[in-house]
This record gives sequence, structure tokens and C-alpha cells, in this order.
Amino acid sequence: MKHIISIKDFGREEIDSLLARAGAIDAAPQIRQTLAGKQVALLFFEPSTRTRMSFASAVSRLGGTTITVDSVEGSSISKGETLADTVRVVSSYVDAIVLRHPKEGAARLASEFASVPVINAGDGAGQHPSQTLLDLYTIRQSMPLEGIHIGLLGDLRYGRTAHSLAYALSNYDVTLHTIAPPTLELPESLVAELHRRGCTVQEHEDITSLIPELDVIYATRIQRERFPDAASYYNVGESYRITPEILEGHKDGMIVLHPLPRAGEIDPRVDAMPCARYFEQARNGVPVRMAMLEEVF
Amino acid sequence: MKDKPQGLLISPIKDGTVIDHIRAGAALTVLRVLGITGQTDEELSIATNVTSMTGGQEGRKDIVKVSKRELLKEEVDRIALISPHATINIIRDYIVVEKKGVEIPKHLSGIVRCTNAGCITNANEPIKSSFEVTEAGLHCLYCDTVITTDIESHII
Ligand SMILES: Nc1ncnc2c1ncn2[C@@H]1O[C@H](COP(=O)(O)OP(=O)(O)OP(=O)(O)O)[C@@H](O)[C@H]1O
Ligand SMILES: [Mg+2]
Ligand SMILES: [Zn+2]
Repeated sequence: MKHIISIKDFGREEIDSLLARAGAIDAAPQIRQTLAGKQVALLFFEPSTRTRMSFASAVSRLGGTTITVDSVEGSSISKGETLADTVRVVSSYVDAIVLRHPKEGAARLASEFASVPVINAGDGAGQHPSQTLLDLYTIRQSMPLEGIHIGLLGDLRYGRTAHSLAYALSNYDVTLHTIAPPTLELPESLVAELHRRGCTVQEHEDITSLIPELDVIYATRIQRERFPDAASYYNVGESYRITPEILEGHKDGMIVLHPLPRAGEIDPRVDAMPCARYFEQARNGVPVRMAMLEEVF
Repeated sequence: MKDKPQGLLISPIKDGTVIDHIRAGAALTVLRVLGITGQTDEELSIATNVTSMTGGQEGRKDIVKVSKRELLKEEVDRIALISPHATINIIRDYIVVEKKGVEIPKHLSGIVRCTNAGCITNANEPIKSSFEVTEAGLHCLYCDTVITTDIESHII
């Protein structure tokens, strides 16, 4: 039985084959029947409308049906049942479980107790492999992953999407450029791990001079609660905003990604530029999640 | 019965375990992980900050001597985390019958608590914590946290 828990469990070949599968699904968008007659539980212990909808869409486009549990109140969880028990019981109703949970490692635990495949749809500040895979997929739609220069911008300390993407990209010979406000830099332990995995990581204070080098800009959300006061949040927000002016002189074919929802990190005037790929990126969640589902069935 | 050996700081024990070469100051942590408290009934001697010669170098160490007890593997593993140079001496009839070093195992199950409050191993679930011992530190196999400092205070 196969589970999808963490991008760290994926070798390069596995990533490549999953992305290729997503590409094949995308190229032939008619209804596939891989999940015909199958039921998938969307077990969401934490609200995440987009992820849930996109998994629901993926299941139904594969001919399967979903059972959704997204309200913790009134369910057995609020009565103190363990996740282990919940997963054991739900396993007996369905053919696979897609799990979203606030605790890190919840999906790993679930996979140990479930008798059906488990797909991690985000566990707290931990892993969210479908996000990483759709980020990779979106980059690969525009360019091969090998050898690219990618700029990670924003809150790199707490931003798990950036961590997982950086880790996954270390399977390829990429150069990571990081641009983060003071105290929100990529954690040192992660930088060390990326180095061990043969990745080049370069820190920068300012994105402007870096723009002509980058193939990909990956902007992440900068959250108000990371700052002591509104003024310092505002200042950081201003200096990390992607605008058409900042992007002047960019490489041909450069793309801008963002896991969405965005706060002020990308100026809406960028939306009309050909490099803006974040809505495409969100759309790619469906074929990538379809590929993940096919992978575990 | 043999004569009491000379030069011992504390009285000899007949049967039990001597944990020697404990890092100076760490004896109390060793007692904690062995579950020895004032309420338990082992016969016990502790020496802390005593002078010792190791490899021709003078230094300080702690020693813990417990009568009528031999240690389980998990207990020895915990001691290894506290003091990797400790030695475990098994005493039978006043004689050291076995002496072994301690070794941190590659995998620690249920021995250390994850420092990440958001980790599922700290929730009320029927699982043990699980760490891989790496050069960088202890790597939680559930949440990926790496514990690098003050490992001994997280020993369960
Ligand atoms: N019967 C006993 N009761 C209490 N402690 C003892 C007894 N026999 C030995 N020990 C203590 O156990 C430890 C190991 O004894 P051993 O005779 O092997 O000493 P050693 O040769 O100095 O060993 P090492 O090289 O490990 O320091 C010493 O700290 C010693 O004082
Ligand atoms: Mg000695
Ligand atoms: Zn953990």
C-alpha cells in the first residue's frame, strides 16, 4: 500500500514520473475512470477550502466520489477520540483518505493506523506535498527543472511551502537565491541540509539587482503576526512587493509564482504580465492531485 | 567475603551496577532517567565532581552505584545520550564481572520527547516518539524537527 506523506520521501525519479503523469492527465482532460467506484474521505481537521475543493475536483474527474468531514465540532474528534482511532474507523468506510490536520506528523501517524492509502493534504507547519508537486509542475511547464536559478522571496523562516520546494529542488542542480526580511531567513538547519544535498544557496538583501539572473521568482506570504508592529510590517511589505518596475530587465521566460492567497506581495498590475503564473499554478493543483490519487490507487 | 577494597570513595556494593565516568554534574540526570527518586528503595551512592584520570588526563566525573539492579538496554541508551563516555560495570559478589561502554543507538523510540509542541507525538496518541540519530542531532521522524542542544533535558 502506498501513502503520500512528505516530499522528502520522493526521489528524483518519483517526482519526475508523477509530474509526467500529471502532464498526461492535463493533455487529455476528458474524464478518466481510474477511481470509478472508489470513495475517498476528505478528512479535514483544519479549514482549507482551496485544497479541499481541488482534491474533491480531482477525485470526481477520476470518476470517484468523496465523503467530506470538515467540521471538527460535533464530530467524534471533539469527544476526545485519537486520530489513530478515527483513521482506523474511517479506513473501513472508504478506499483512501486525504488528510489535513493541524499537528505536524499527523499524516505519518495516520499512515501507520490506516488500512487504506493516506495522502497528506497538509499537516500543520509540516509537509504539504501536493503544494510542492504543483509548484514543481508549474515550473516544469515553462522550463526544465535542471540548472535553474530560483529566487525564494518573503517569509522563508515559517513558510513551509518554500522549505518543501527548496528541498524538492535540491534533487536537481538548481541555484537557490533567498531574499528574506531579517529574522525571517531560511532556517540554518535547512540551509545546511540543502548544502549537504549539493544545492547552492545564496542569500541576498535585495531582489532588484538579482532580477536579471532569475528563472523563477517564488514569492510567499508575509504575515502580519510575524512583526512587532504595523509600521515594521508595512515597511517590509513595501520592500518585498513584486511590481512591474521591480521586474524590469528580467530574463526571457522568467516566471512569478505564489502559493496564494496573496496579501500584498504581488502588485495586481503584475497579473496581466506574461510572467505571472500564480493563477495557472493554482489551477495545476487539480491535475497534480489527480496524478497523486492515481499513484496510490 | 572479600576485604573491603582500598581507595574507594564510597562503600562497596555486593551486587548491582556502577555507572562510572559520567560527565561531571550529570549524575542527577542519570538518576532521573533511571527513575530513581527519594521514594524508591534502591541502595544508592552517588559521587559527583570527583577527580579522575582518563587517558593520562586529570578531569572530573560523576559516579552512580546502585545495588541489586542491572540496567535495561533502554536505560543504557538514555545514559548514552547524557554521557557518551560513561561505562556500565556489573558487580557480582563485589567484583566487576562485566564492563561495557555505552553507545547511542541509530534510532530512539520512546526515549526522547520532541521539542516541537505541535508535533503529533506530543498529542494524546497511541504512538512513541521516534528519532533518527544523525550528525546534526536527533531527527524526529514525525515532524522533522532536529534537536541539537540540551538533548538530556528532553529524555523521557
Ligand atoms: N564492589 C564494588 N562496589 C562499588 N563500586 C565498585 C565495586 N567494584 C568496583 N567498583 C567501582 O566500579 C568502577 C569500575 O571498577 P574497576 O575496578 O573496573 O575500575 P577501573 O579499573 O578504574 O575501571 P575504568 O578503567 O573503567 O575506570 C570503579 O569506579 C570502581 O570504584
Ligand atoms: Mg577508573
Ligand atoms: Zn516531532
